[in-house]
Amino acid sequence: MSAIQLTPKDLKSDQEVRWCPGCGDYAILNSTQAVLAEIGVPREKMAIISGIGCSSRFPYYMGCYGFHSIHGRAAAIAAGTKTANPDLSVWVVTGDGDAMSIGGNHLIHAMRRNVDLKILMFNNQIYGLTKGQYSPTSPAGLKTKTSPYGSVDLPFNPINLALGSGATFVARTVDTNPKHIKSILLAAAAHKGIAFVEIWQNCVIFNDGAWKEWSTKEARAERTIDLQPGQPLVFGKENEKGLRISGGEVEVVAAADADVWDPTTAAPLAYIMAYLDEREDLPHALGIFRQHDKPTYDGAVKAQVDALTAKKGKGDLEKLIYTKDAWRVG
Amino acid sequence: MSIAVTRQDDVVIRFAGDSGDGMQITGNQFTDTTAKLGNDLATFPDFPAEIRAPAGTRAGVSGFQIRFSSTDIYTAGDIPDVLVAMNAAALIVNYKDVAPGGIIIANTGNFTERDLQKAKLETNPLEDGTLDGYRVIAIDINARVTEALQGSPLTSKDVLRCKNFYVLGLMYWLYSRPIEPTLEWLAAKFAKKPELADANQTALRAGYNSGDIHEVFQGRYEVVPVENALPGTYRNIMGNHAVALGLVAGAELAGLKLFLGSYPITPATDILQHLAELKEFGVITCQMEDEIAGICTAIGASYAGMLGCTTTSGPGLALKTEAIGLAIMTELPLVIVDVQRAGPSTGLPTKVEQADLLQSLFGRNSDAPLPIVSCATPADAFDCAVEACRIAVQYMTPVILLSDNYIANGAEPWRLPDMDKLPRFPAIHVTDPAGYAPYTRDAKLARPWAVPGTPGLEHRIGGLEKEHITGNVSHSPDNHQLMSELRRDKVLGVRDTIPTPEVSGPDKADLLVVGWGSTYGAIRSGTERLRREQNVSVAHLHLRHLWPLPYGLDEIFARYKQILVPELNMGQLSRLLQGEYPDHRFLHYGKVKGKPFTAREIREKITAVLEGKS
Repeated sequence: MSAIQLTPKDLKSDQEVRWCPGCGDYAILNSTQAVLAEIGVPREKMAIISGIGCSSRFPYYMGCYGFHSIHGRAAAIAAGTKTANPDLSVWVVTGDGDAMSIGGNHLIHAMRRNVDLKILMFNNQIYGLTKGQYSPTSPAGLKTKTSPYGSVDLPFNPINLALGSGATFVARTVDTNPKHIKSILLAAAAHKGIAFVEIWQNCVIFNDGAWKEWSTKEARAERTIDLQPGQPLVFGKENEKGLRISGGEVEVVAAADADVWDPTTAAPLAYIMAYLDEREDLPHALGIFRQHDKPTYDGAVKAQVDALTAKKGKGDLEKLIYTKDAWRVG
Repeated sequence: MSIAVTRQDDVVIRFAGDSGDGMQITGNQFTDTTAKLGNDLATFPDFPAEIRAPAGTRAGVSGFQIRFSSTDIYTAGDIPDVLVAMNAAALIVNYKDVAPGGIIIANTGNFTERDLQKAKLETNPLEDGTLDGYRVIAIDINARVTEALQGSPLTSKDVLRCKNFYVLGLMYWLYSRPIEPTLEWLAAKFAKKPELADANQTALRAGYNSGDIHEVFQGRYEVVPVENALPGTYRNIMGNHAVALGLVAGAELAGLKLFLGSYPITPATDILQHLAELKEFGVITCQMEDEIAGICTAIGASYAGMLGCTTTSGPGLALKTEAIGLAIMTELPLVIVDVQRAGPSTGLPTKVEQADLLQSLFGRNSDAPLPIVSCATPADAFDCAVEACRIAVQYMTPVILLSDNYIANGAEPWRLPDMDKLPRFPAIHVTDPAGYAPYTRDAKLARPWAVPGTPGLEHRIGGLEKEHITGNVSHSPDNHQLMSELRRDKVLGVRDTIPTPEVSGPDKADLLVVGWGSTYGAIRSGTERLRREQNVSVAHLHLRHLWPLPYGLDEIFARYKQILVPELNMGQLSRLLQGEYPDHRFLHYGKVKGKPFTAREIREKITAVLEGKS
């Protein structure tokens, strides 16, 4: 255990939290504050950077450094902050509209570069702050203010997008299960490299119950499966059922015959688990889809600067300007 | 038989060929060698937007003009004394610019029927009288290079690619320049491909020797070094390189490390390329996924305590607009370099224009003021980059530095600064929690810079309006009024640290010509010559700071009967000045042809204005 001991209270700011009563964000905020108190990083070395949307008010409620930026750009700003000072623990808080729509480009590139950021994407399948329009994760057919006859857009699968972008840590959790949020965020914090965490989050006002088929305590046992490293793929009230992957297909088997989950594998099993979202007959996956070790962008940038400085010596501005081909007059 | 050498004071040469013919390399080599001889010089590269437009066509013609002189010069010259035309298209596109009686060296090897067709010529201009009145030197350079490189291991196609060095050798001979610097440059450039180094060196020597052997010229010329040049150490510099060096220097003078977040865009990319090489200075360069990410990483880096910078051209500046607003709201230091090109939209990506001034001033939502600095010449770009860094750090604000394509790719001798005398403006990262609040202000109205990692100063910033002093989110009407005024006044306060510019020419006159950016050379040259040769009552005022405008301009404007504002746009500075100084009348003179003003155009306009014809 690290010498740094914080309590969740240390991670609270003096600002009044202003989300709608019953919003799923409260549970995520509390869990995040609890997790950040435990990760052994001093408060001044944490920076929370957000974009625009309900979720992006997050930094104002945190007692560390915070930057509430502009729509979609949090990942890019955070990449600059982390690269400038790799010593910081930099967290991005964003939503499905902010991250996957207007900020989609920055998100995928931050993931492919493996910038050591922790990205928490609150997915409520709706634009909340603008009061209820369909988002890039809304299911087709969703009736909203801008889709009164049902949305004709097909949605992203955020986990598949993250996997396809090369994110080295990809996980999913849900606002109804604070204990699970904590375990996932702790794993994300421990991961060296980008961590993409989709959090199913309920918008009580504009898309209430979007996840309830899977997210309530009762539903979770039967309709979700928790991907835990080294653990068997089991689900059901008594953990009596299991999943086995065979020939690219997923089948339900007895718990004793379930596969053991390995998020570090190079095999494309994580994609198959993300694909469960499209199956009505199988549970949807929560937990850790992928956990790979790769060099981080910020680490590689620093390593190059350090190596070139060691090789050439610290840059001398006068020598840079007064080059060999300069000539004297007078 | 010895060939006479005639002294000339001022020569303009234009190299023109296909965009694959290496004209830019040829021009740059001639420039570097000439700089070392101590001539003053100015260059104007002019190349197509396509990397390889269809070979042999008019669209594919690439040009490089250099003017070199025994006296101080300000422009790359209006009228070439010598045109080197590597093919028929290059000849037909350029010959009309050449001085009457000027020399045209034509590579007859690329005047075949096929070449004429590609250049859309029905007859051969070398034979049909087109070039009457010029001194035409027709040489089959293709054949000469092939002869010179007999026995070379290169393919015949690669042999022909050495022809630009043959021409360069010939021009070195004609203007009495040494070939050694280029021989050395080739050896270094092709260190790993000695057969290419050898072939190009052989072509260069053959071209040089051909001057003596073939006796196609009646005489040679020399242009002696500038005698009354200011004492000092000089080097040749291009504008984009100078900006890169200025940013490194600016960061060092601020005691910060430089961070560049950027996205490749013509004509700004060289700055990113230069800075990417300077890792040992602690410079971090991030080539990002788009223009917006370029500026956003820079903002994130400034937030973390580095000097954030982003480089772009007009279309990229448009994309960065919203993020610039964020930097204004969060009051973080940031340098935004816009190397302007002709627009709108993609426009003419490799051609010059000065049409982003109003975008820089006003191109953001709401009232979003920021300081703007513009550079006049390649060497001036260094000082202006340092100045942009100074303002950004001292005032905690984004600053736009306006350069343009003419400065970016043009070159001139740079009198190197005395390093000890460069102004220092150390940035302060506050550390004391006592009394700290994120939006308190110093005498300059700048807020304190508290960077993540500093214990006890944890705070939140963002794009929502901030409460004065505390920095908490505030929707108070009075607070928004106050903060808007503070942001405005902080930027206006930059005037306290910038000098009133000096007028070149008489204190009072019939006409004052006011310019900014790269029109400096044409205006300075045009006004000086009119005063010297025709005793015209005209003066020149050059503005480096475009926002805020320096103190004292009103008094200056009052001393002149008329004010003319030449710009490479449809009226931007003139509009700004008319709004700021309504008691004076500003006459706009615009040009948007993707080319700089010539000094002659400026002279003719001045004459017309003074004669009441304009």
